[in-house]
Amino acid sequence: MTDADRITRAWTFVRSVHDPELPYLTVEEMGMVRGVRVDEGQIVVTLTPTYSGCPATDVISEDVTSAVRAVEPGARVEVVLSPAWTTDWILPSAHEKMREHGIAPPEQASADRAFLTGEGKIIPCPRCGSRDTKMVSAFGSTACKAHFTCTSCLEPFEHFKCI
Amino acid sequence: MTEAQHLQAILRLGDDALVLGQRLSEWCGHGPILEEDIALTNVALDLIGQARNLYTLAGNLEDQGRDEDALAFFRTDREFQNHLLVEQPNGHFGDTVVRQMFYDAFALERYAFLTRQTVDPDLAGIAAKAVKELQYHWGHSSQWVIRLGDGTEESRTKVQESVDALWGYTGEMFMADDVDVACAEAGLLPDLEGVQRAWTARVAECLSQATLSQPEVGWMQRGGKQGIHSEHLSFMLAEMQVLPRTYPNASW
Repeated sequence: MTDADRITRAWTFVRSVHDPELPYLTVEEMGMVRGVRVDEGQIVVTLTPTYSGCPATDVISEDVTSAVRAVEPGARVEVVLSPAWTTDWILPSAHEKMREHGIAPPEQASADRAFLTGEGKIIPCPRCGSRDTKMVSAFGSTACKAHFTCTSCLEPFEHFKCI
Repeated sequence: MTEAQHLQAILRLGDDALVLGQRLSEWCGHGPILEEDIALTNVALDLIGQARNLYTLAGNLEDQGRDEDALAFFRTDREFQNHLLVEQPNGHFGDTVVRQMFYDAFALERYAFLTRQTVDPDLAGIAAKAVKELQYHWGHSSQWVIRLGDGTEESRTKVQESVDALWGYTGEMFMADDVDVACAEAGLLPDLEGVQRAWTARVAECLSQATLSQPEVGWMQRGGKQGIHSEHLSFMLAEMQVLPRTYPNASW
């Protein structure tokens, strides 16, 4: 088996790992897997954490390691911080899944300056589509989400913050 | 810049992040409203995450086998080199958000520089991540200061007292010692005079929007960077370190 084949095979196992906080998304869809390579004969998966203090990072590293070790006993995970993860790396397929689960997906990170300048940003409600929503708190149930309420259907929802 | 100074600069960054993160985590379960409880602990989580990255980097640089836990749990108060500001007790909610606003305004300038410097690429990587988080922290803390200052008579009185009480801990952030000077000359750390100008402008704008008055520049407390702390740090560390010191190598 060539290195290229091993990398392809390792990828299929990496793809099976889901985010523990957003179990309907894989870590690949989250844009956290930066690459798979062969280094001195062993498979190395490169991961980039979403937030510095995200407690899911350790679990994800362990899950990816054990998934790949099913076929590559010497596989390991390397955590790289640079370049820093951005919500722009989240795959488009993940956006629809987030909406289905009541989470407003992130927009382009570069466009997310409204909050920082204190202006309200318009995040459409993932349930009814209304643009009449308001931010309750910039910090939600996990490091990556903000807490919103829809003033049309009155449902609270979460918004995946852009960074 | 000697290797020891390089190491010290990174430890100081880590100490600020850890001590403030630990302080904020004391709000867990005590926030004035649920959303704020969650927000303060989210900020704490980011800061502790930054500290972990910085301590890991420091441990690698030191190359003495000390990891993030050894640096956090097995150093004494005199070995911590955080600024006095971040170790100050939480007080009431106004005290906490003013302390946070003062720190965030400083950290934003400092980390923005760290992302640009090329002396230590690993540090630049940590900073690139941190600076995105710090922007959210600044948004949160500055907006609370404005809301409380430009709020009711009582909230305004209280938050003005917080500003006055904490003001004397802000000057230390801009007092360069040998380590700061050497690291700034080497291009690792920013020049503190420039940071001070940016900080002063940012904070003045926030206080003005909050209709709060800026205290006169007077005597400034100092010593944190040299390991001479207020008594508050020792109590905080005692609580934070008791478990790993009682049961070394304990794991979940």
